[in-house]
Amino acid sequence: MRHDHIISAKQLTRADIEEVLDHAADIAEDPGAYADRHADTLLGMLFFEPSTRTKMSFTTAMKRLGGDIVDMGSVESSSVKKGESLADTVRVVEGYADALVLRHPMEGSSKMASEFVDVPLVNAGDGAGQHPTQTLLDLYTIRENAGFDDLTIGIMGDLKYGRTVHSLAHALTNVDAHQHFISPESLKLPRSVRYDLHQEGADVREHTELDDILPELDVLYVTRIQRERFPDESEYREVAGQYQIDGETLDVAKDDLTVMHPLPRVDEIAHEVDDTDHAKYFQQAHNGVPVRMALLDLLLGGESER
Amino acid sequence: MTDDRKLRVSKIRNGTVIDHIAGGQALNVLAILGIDGTSGESVSVAMNMPSDRLGKKDIVKVEGRELSQNEVDVLSLIAPAASINIVRDYEVVEKHRVERPEVVVGVLECPNHNCITTEDEPVESRFAVVDDGVRCEYCDTIIRNDLPAHILAD
Repeated sequence: MRHDHIISAKQLTRADIEEVLDHAADIAEDPGAYADRHADTLLGMLFFEPSTRTKMSFTTAMKRLGGDIVDMGSVESSSVKKGESLADTVRVVEGYADALVLRHPMEGSSKMASEFVDVPLVNAGDGAGQHPTQTLLDLYTIRENAGFDDLTIGIMGDLKYGRTVHSLAHALTNVDAHQHFISPESLKLPRSVRYDLHQEGADVREHTELDDILPELDVLYVTRIQRERFPDESEYREVAGQYQIDGETLDVAKDDLTVMHPLPRVDEIAHEVDDTDHAKYFQQAHNGVPVRMALLDLLLGGESER
Repeated sequence: MTDDRKLRVSKIRNGTVIDHIAGGQALNVLAILGIDGTSGESVSVAMNMPSDRLGKKDIVKVEGRELSQNEVDVLSLIAPAASINIVRDYEVVEKHRVERPEVVVGVLECPNHNCITTEDEPVESRFAVVDDGVRCEYCDTIIRNDLPAHILAD
């Protein structure tokens, strides 16, 4: 791994992605072989926003590598409550830990924080910006189920504020992917992401109706439409129902369509879909552990076996 | 007859003459320089003057002030053809064209209120210059229009 910090999916080349994914596959095959890999290593957990899956999977990953975590705890119980800057907080905690994981509600927070520390820093979500480790586990799941060759993927829901979407869209420019974005007009991709996709020459199309493209998809990546983003509840109600999928919706899909979701879901995917072969979102969540083990191992100086 | 011989704007003793500003942009240049008339600086402005190169051009002369590189960098974004003349004791001692920089640091404020650079953190704003605007290097927000509105207050 040639990166000091993992801030954005934009920094990841195809070679970087494959290095992490291949290493994750090796770890998943024989996790016990890595059990003492990073004994005595401490991972500093700086979560300024609530998190369940991301925080637990980083914690699990570090412990499965033989290390441990030091946790800042909630913002309410930390020095942040007293008005300490983020720059000061990370400079203090780098003295306690060998690497840092940061989730923060403001865009650009991880990039700024990385400029103040010498230990590796991993962005675990910065506002509506980026979530690169989610993207790595998303890509791992996509590669397992649909491969990277001539991939047709639909990404549906809140594309404007969804950081998992922004990261994934950037990363998919590295593989042979046709990207279809499905959302209400008010939640289309932000200008900056469109700019990057255009610059990369990505094959991108935008839709407001899933039916327009569903039969062609190999992967459907669903995200939650965030009610709190709408100024008017009735506007939310109008669009929310259009972006729910159930067994009937998927009747026209390919038999081997992979349905993914970064979770938590609310009502975007009916529970009846869980029992179909399409549903890969729990597998996707579980993949967070070997992928984050692989990333931490490489950032902390481990080498891929391949 | 050249543009300059047509013009009849008085010479300045010490300061900066910004020439070849695209017609109509002079007020934005003043905004970039933070000049609103309240600080007592002596400023001459000529707008929509005939120009061989630009068709119409504006000229700004600021007495008693030499522009910083940061100011020139931002100025280049709205007046890419401008030339900067530094005047000392009525003589032009330096003359150069503006060049579009790769980044502008600490000059513009990010319009994204959720960008970390808008918080009370020890970090300067940093914008990459892209084809048709600038882009925050922290949150990726792109500004295309109305750059002067985003200039940081002193």
